[in-house]
Order: sequence, then C-alpha cells, then structure tokens
Amino acid sequence: MKTAQVMMATGANAAALAVKSARVDVVPGYPITPQTSIMEAVAAMVENGELHARFIPVEGEHSVLAAAVAASAAGARVFTATSANGLLYMHEVLHMASGGRLPVVLCNVNRGIFAPWTLWADHQDSFSQRDTGWIQYHCSSNQEVFNTILQAFRVAEQINIPIMVNFDGFAISHCLMPLTVPAQEDIDRFLPPHQPEWRLDPNHPSSFSNVTMASEYAPFRQMLSDDIMAAIPLVKQAAQEYKDCTGMWDGDSIETYRLDDAEVVAFAVNSMAAELKLSVDILREQGIKAGLLRPRLYVPFPTEDIIQALPENAQVMVLDRNYNFGHPGGILAAELKSVLFGRRNDVIVKNRVMGIGGIDLTRRFMAEQILEMMDDKKGLL
Amino acid sequence: MATSIKKLPEIEQVLSGNGACGGCPATMALRMVGKALGPNAIMLLTPACSVASMGMTPKLGYNWPCINITFASAGSSASGISHALEIMQEKGRIEGELPTVFSWVGDGGTYDIGFQALSAAAERNENIIHFCYNNEAYSNTGVQRSGATPRGTFTTTTPTGKRQPKKNMAHMMLEHNIPYVATATVAYPADLYDKVVKAKSIKGMKYIEILAPCYLGWQFDMPDTVQLSRMAVRSGAWLLWEAENGKISFSNPTAHFINGKKTPDQVNEYLMRQGRFSRLLQGPDAKERIAEIQGDVDREIAFMRERAKITI
Ligand SMILES: Cc1ncc(C[n+]2csc(CCOP(=O)(O)OP(=O)(O)O)c2C)c(N)n1
Ligand code: SF4
Repeated sequence: MKTAQVMMATGANAAALAVKSARVDVVPGYPITPQTSIMEAVAAMVENGELHARFIPVEGEHSVLAAAVAASAAGARVFTATSANGLLYMHEVLHMASGGRLPVVLCNVNRGIFAPWTLWADHQDSFSQRDTGWIQYHCSSNQEVFNTILQAFRVAEQINIPIMVNFDGFAISHCLMPLTVPAQEDIDRFLPPHQPEWRLDPNHPSSFSNVTMASEYAPFRQMLSDDIMAAIPLVKQAAQEYKDCTGMWDGDSIETYRLDDAEVVAFAVNSMAAELKLSVDILREQGIKAGLLRPRLYVPFPTEDIIQALPENAQVMVLDRNYNFGHPGGILAAELKSVLFGRRNDVIVKNRVMGIGGIDLTRRFMAEQILEMMDDKKGLL
Repeated sequence: MATSIKKLPEIEQVLSGNGACGGCPATMALRMVGKALGPNAIMLLTPACSVASMGMTPKLGYNWPCINITFASAGSSASGISHALEIMQEKGRIEGELPTVFSWVGDGGTYDIGFQALSAAAERNENIIHFCYNNEAYSNTGVQRSGATPRGTFTTTTPTGKRQPKKNMAHMMLEHNIPYVATATVAYPADLYDKVVKAKSIKGMKYIEILAPCYLGWQFDMPDTVQLSRMAVRSGAWLLWEAENGKISFSNPTAHFINGKKTPDQVNEYLMRQGRFSRLLQGPDAKERIAEIQGDVDREIAFMRERAKITI
C-alpha cells in the first residue's frame, strides 16, 4: 500500500474523486439537487485536465442514461449521477441498461419524489427502481461512497450488470467528513482497465438489443435474474480485495454493529444507519441489548447473510425512510419479512416509517422510537 | 453534377433476405446510404419499421454493428457513442479511422418523441449523422399520425383527415446552426448518395431527411414507390435542398421552382394517387381542402426561396 491522501470532502466530492480514481471515460450529466455538485465537480475535473474523460451535458435525464448506455456499448467506462425525479425520468433506460447488460455505474443521491416537491432525503426514489434489474448499494458515509463506486465498477464489469450507488442527499452529499483517497497505484491494482467482451465494432457487425422471439427473450431474462443473484459473492470478493489493496472496509453485503448478542436489532440503510450506531450505544447504556444490521446491498437482497447474522429470538426494528403504498409500513420491512418467512420464525419484525422528506433522524429520536416499538404491539405489522 | 447512378459503389450494406415490405422506401434509401458510408460505421435504430425489417436476433440484415435504443434517444445515444469512440482513440484503446456514427430513424423518432434529444445533440454540434426516413406516419404501429403527416391525410388516429399542416423539420434543424442539413428522396438516388458522401466528410452535426413514400400508409400500389417519390418532388410537396454551413442550395427540379424557371405540377395529381387522401378527395368540401394543401405547398416553396437568400 502506497501513501494515501487524507482530506475533508463532501459526499458529492468523494463521488467525483472516485470517478477520477476509476479512470472513467464518459460522463453524461444533467443537474438536479442534491446530485448537481457531483456533475459540477466532474465537469470541472474534465475541463482542467485532471480527468481524461468526456463530459456530455445533455438536455435531460432520459438522455443522460441513453447517452450512457450507448457509450458503454461502444466500449467505454461510463459514470453518471442523478436524484429523485431524474432517476424516475430514466426509468425506461434503466431497463435498457440492465437488459442490454451494460455495466454503467450511477450514483443516485437519495431525495424524496414529487409531488409535492421536496429537496431532502428519503428512499422512495431508489427503492421504487427495485425491479429495473440494477444492482443497488446503499452507503452510510462519504468514505463508503468513494469506496463503493470503485467496488461497483469492478463488480459491474465482471458480470455486465449496471450498478446504482445510493446515498442520502445533504446528510452525505453536502456534509464534510474526512476522506482517505488511496494512491492511484493501489486503486489500479484493484480496478483493472475495462475490457468489454463485446462492443459496437464495425469489424464484427452484430445487432444489439434487437427483437427476439420468446424462446430467446425468456432465457435472456432468466440469465439476468440468475446473474443478479450471483453478484453477492462478487460483491464480497470486491469488498475483501478492496480492503487488501487500500485497508478500508465498510462491510460487504451487510454491515453489523454490536449484533452478536443483540436482542433488539435496528435494521435500516444509508446515513440513518450510521446514526443508528449511536442509538444502539444509547440503548446499551440503558441495559438494552441492542445491535444494528445494515444491508449495504438492497438488490440483490442479502438474504443468506441476514438470516445467518440475526441472533436467535431477536426483535428486528425496521426503520423505513419510504412508503410501501398499499401496505401499512415501508418497503424494507416487506423485503425482510419475505425472506425470513418460514426460515426464521423465531424472529419478530416491527416497522416504522420515519425521516420522510428529510426530517432529521437523530440518535436520540431513533433510540426513543426503538424503545416505543419494543412495547408496541401495534408495531407487529 | 450528381454522381451517375451507374458509378455508385457496388458495396451492399443492406443484405438480402431482410424483413421489409416489397418496395419499402426506407430500405431502398438505406441501400444508397450504405453505398455512401461503406462498412466503417455504427448504426443506431429507434423502434420503427427499420427494426422490424432488420431481422430478428440472432440474424441481422444490415451489415453494420447495430444498436437498438429507446425511442426518444437517437440524439443522445448517438452522442454517447461518438464521445466514447473519440476518448477511446485518444487513450489508445482503438486504432484506425473512427467509424461514422449514424442514426436511422423514422419521422416519429425524429419529429415527435425524439425531437428534444435531437435538438440538444444539434445544439451541442455532436459529430453524428441523423437520418430521418420520413414516411409521414408511424408505420410500424399501423399508420398513426405524426408531426410529419401532411394536412388532409387519413391515418388511424386522424380518421377524418389531419387538420394541421406538417412541421418543416429540416428547416428547424438548419436553425440549430449545424454544419450540414439536406433533404432527399428515393426517386433521386444519386442526389441522396452525394449528400451522404458529403455529410460523411464533415465534422459535427449532420441531418439528412429522406422522403419515403410507404405504400402501406399512403395506400398506393407497392411497385410505385419511386414514382410517388418523383411526383412529390415534381409537385413541390417535397423540396430537394441542402445547406452547408447555413448556405442553402437546391437540387433539380426543385431549383427550377425556386428560381421561377418552371412551375411545379399541381398537387392534386399527386394526392389522387394516394388512398390516404381519397376520402378527402371524395368529400363535399374536397375543393377547399385540396386548396388548403396546395396552399401549404406554395407557402413552403415561398418560404424556402426567401430563407435561401439569407447567406450570412
Ligand atoms: C417509448 C415508446 N413508445 C411507443 C413505442 C411504440 N412504437 C414502436 S414503433 C412506433 C412508431 C414508429 O414510427 P416512426 O418513427 O415514424 O417509424 P416507422 O414505423 O414509420 O418506420 C411506436 C409508436 C415504443 N416502442 N416506445
Ligand atoms: S410499412 Fe412502409 S416503411 Fe414500413 S417496411 Fe413496409 S413499406 Fe417500409
């Protein structure tokens, strides 16, 4: 390991620095708060020659991803970023990216979605794109954003599946935290140059994403589904090798905190999960055996790791920053219950929705919520 | 002087055995485009007849690497490929002459759903060629109206005839101040060929629109594609022009109509050959409605005549 650089950086800057470290070729972009700072930083790095890449300032997010997938099909390493309505506007092309097996990496800076307008974080945007065939990471610190973008390129290019790296608007994107940027040599060791098996090449004319009969289409879709499941070992391997190359670790498919002997387990993603470590400490001080399980992966859902990690007879408090419309609680709780059913009947799952549209989630507030949920029979949704 | 049709290159990029209708104007035009571009090119397609024609996976009737993209995206996706190729060449990952990046898109994917992305690509002066083969309707989904459908046309979504005139898309592209804009049609293959050769040699955004009379939507006999194309030009319903760096020039016979040496044929003969106008022609107000269409044609000629005078 060479000497790393340590600095103060916002989450948005951490993302832009990761793009530079990944030696990305093409970045199409379009502004939307709170993601805009990433695009501004990337555009500046391209302009001043720090990053040898093309920045394409297109006219909307549908075009952002349309340019991204096409550049990827031409053989380039491609990054882009968006938030909320920008992500929703991309929806059609998200499917093209995964179905076309194009390993684009996209940062979604989580923000609540319109209507009415809000600028601040919740997780309705990324969770509502669950079924687009993208792998989804959710990050809880600026450093993890940096680390995860590099790991995402590695995994995406290994299995030709696009990856979305999610983190909260403002709490992460706009807050300064210490950031360690490993030496480029160490990163290059971890992330080799992109060598696609296939690209648009006049020496080998072939059609891409053309019309298929069901007998072709169905196997394509099955392969995509199988390969998304097969990403979990690659995600773990990437986390491990990243640690070997840089010394840094954010968990692999999941991250746990004081979980081994826990009777009450907080279950949440993104920045609130970092704050929840402090809630766990507060509860421990009060004699409650609390712990944390944070899924770092949302798609594929880290079923086996969760089932193994949850202590026996645990009460799991799922804190959802989103709504599962048509159901009484949030989306994460529904996901968790669906994988525990029939396999971990000893575990009780309780659920609350909170922090919508950026409502502040402090350690004390969440500790109190967990205390209330422990007594709450109604929490048993 | 246009290249003689006898001297066109023998190369065929449109292979035999594809899925287009007999007499398909889009495929005829693409064949000429292939002769002009040669094999070193990358083709983008939006959902349209040309996708239905290209053959199903794993077969391919066009001898280029072809990428099917989302309907609204020709402008942006072609830009993405163009930038990717250039940066990969700069970084030494690909060698040799860079392929021409071109989109092959219907009027639906150009005038309507793809307009925003195309306009933005033009404004950025991307190094691509956007071809619009204009059959004046959404043919692939069974002939619905588009922004290119002329006034009076019956389509499945204009069952009493379209009330609005079409847009002048090529002119709108010209007003993006791009280096090259041209119109063409299948009855004048050498004119089309020369325009594509020229477009290939120019760096920056190129737009070429090809009128493509489609027997299915226009309702004429399949073997008459070229004849209808010629009638469109001779009546002034389709104007052949190009603009290099904003300077407009006209091909014959359009040039004669513009400089007043000849008058175009009356539009009603052209209309009468097409079933898509038949209900209009048989209606009680046929005269007024033909006059409206003639008015649209006359206005476009007058407009382009005056517009061509602006050369700065
Ligand atoms: C987003 C989206 N909306 C609608 C369609 C359905 N669709 C497929 S082809 C087509 C019409 C294509 O018309 P045009 O571009 O004029 O090409 P043509 O069929 O005439 O060759 C439509 C509406 C689609 N594929 N994607
Ligand atoms: S419907 Fe018209 S444009 Fe489409 S393939 Fe047939 S002839 Fe060509």
